[in-house]
Amino acid sequence: MATINEIQDQIIEDFGLFDEWDDKYAYIIDLGKKLPGIDPKYKVEENIIKGCQSLVWMVSTYKDGKVYFEGESDAIIVKGLVALLLKVLSGQPAEDVAKSDMYFIHKIGMEQHLSMTRSNGLASMVKQMKMHALAYQSKTV
Amino acid sequence: MMTTINTDLLTADGTLNIDRIREDFPILHQEVNGKPLVYFDNAATTQKPIQVVEALTAYYLNDNANIHRGIHTLAERATAAFEATRDTVKTFINAKEREEVIFTRGTTEGINLVASTWGLANLKAGDEIVVSAMEHHSNMVPWHMLAQRTNAIVKILPMNDAGELLTEAFDTIITSKTKILACVHVSNTLGSINPVKQLIAKAHAVGAVALIDGAQAVSHLDIDVQDLDADFYAFSAHKLYGPTGVGVLYGKRAILEAMPPYQGGGEMISEVSYESCTYNELPYKFEAGTPNIADVVALKAAIDYVNSIGKAPIRAYEHELLDYAVSKLKDIEGIRLIGTAKEKVSVQSFVFSDLHHQDLGIILDKEGIAIRTGHHCTQPLMGRLGVTGTSRTSFAFYNTKEEVDQFIAAIYKAIKLFR
Ligand SMILES: Cc1ncc(COP(=O)(O)O)c(C=O)c1O
Repeated sequence: MATINEIQDQIIEDFGLFDEWDDKYAYIIDLGKKLPGIDPKYKVEENIIKGCQSLVWMVSTYKDGKVYFEGESDAIIVKGLVALLLKVLSGQPAEDVAKSDMYFIHKIGMEQHLSMTRSNGLASMVKQMKMHALAYQSKTV
Repeated sequence: MMTTINTDLLTADGTLNIDRIREDFPILHQEVNGKPLVYFDNAATTQKPIQVVEALTAYYLNDNANIHRGIHTLAERATAAFEATRDTVKTFINAKEREEVIFTRGTTEGINLVASTWGLANLKAGDEIVVSAMEHHSNMVPWHMLAQRTNAIVKILPMNDAGELLTEAFDTIITSKTKILACVHVSNTLGSINPVKQLIAKAHAVGAVALIDGAQAVSHLDIDVQDLDADFYAFSAHKLYGPTGVGVLYGKRAILEAMPPYQGGGEMISEVSYESCTYNELPYKFEAGTPNIADVVALKAAIDYVNSIGKAPIRAYEHELLDYAVSKLKDIEGIRLIGTAKEKVSVQSFVFSDLHHQDLGIILDKEGIAIRTGHHCTQPLMGRLGVTGTSRTSFAFYNTKEEVDQFIAAIYKAIKLFR
């Protein structure tokens, strides 16, 4: 499997093909639409990353040193951004997730979504995912 | 203090000279994401005319001093400018006396002031506080906090699906147990204009006092606190083309005099010894510490500006924009207009069955259009309406029909992207 940074670089390359913001967003919207929802039984309070505008649910499992994420949102663009984060971080070694640097967000011009609408911005999603990874790591040490 | 009064903001036939007015708002003349900015988030805060910015600058460049203390010339000038705003506000809301105008940080602080002084002094367990179903959190949370401290009960005036308070429910909710009625004059989410005069009369009939949250009303409606017979009326300068950080709490003299002070400090005392102190007279009793002098001074320029156009022509024009926008919005497939009261200001909320408000907001921003999406600090109301949030457009007198067209075109573009 490709490393976190290899996947990030691939995403940056893919986004390089879009000249207009419309195309970029159309792609993210498409990712959002295609992302399978999480099992409704996980759509509970403790899995919510709450914000002012939309809801994000994030759950993870841990197997053979790797973290597997699933996520969803009630807004499509955010769901598309979640899909990108899953693509980069899901299935990666916990250690790598915990110390990852999500530079692709800036490189594809999505930095406005980092702090968007307070706590459910990309920044807090990334933080949340790293915390999951750290928790698994500390359990295994 | 110089403030320029404009005489050419209206055309010969008494309508707004929009091109001329827009010149006074430099911020509007910019591109956002390569598109001309369309600012339709006026209910959150209005833009400031150059006259307000100039008043602010002139104060700091020429007159700055602490007020009510020094005997030197600058202190006198600063004090005069500060107090001149009080006179302007008195006339603007038709208060009986200038001492009934208290400067605050904003609507929120005004309401908190009343809740924690009048409220704590007058409420006991079992007493009732009446608010409406469409309150902003600023006129909800302070009463919840007061209720928690006093074991009083918060009662809600219900509304219909259009966003109109149910007048037939007034008498069952406002009863002899009611000690204070706190109601929003104009809803920030729905635009509804509430029958506050009638509500105040109902409150008085049962011996309660009435506070009106005028945050969204002052920029659209003529406010006459004496005619309304309001006991308290709170608003913010920043929603009235004035600076942030300043608001007004109007209160009837007799009630204000009977109230304990809010904060302690300089300005609000008359004599202080090591053992005790006596409080200063109104309005200073409620203005502890050095106030936000510069912004208070600039508030006068904002009110002067609004007065030089006139609320009636402003209302007529804003209604034209609202009707135009609504006529275009209602044809969009899947839209649900939220807030369709007969009496309303130029605010329109809406939701789509298949398009999240945040998604729409992001795409509109890409098209240079600023609207508000979310719960608008009215979460209980969102629950009542059965939505998690709405998109809200709110118009001011510097907006245009061309901007509405740009807004509508952007919505169609967003829909195409998502459907
Ligand atoms: C109806 C209403 N009440 C109160 C407030 C609070 O005003 P401020 O934040 O200026 O204190 C607002 C502002 O959003 C409002 O719209």
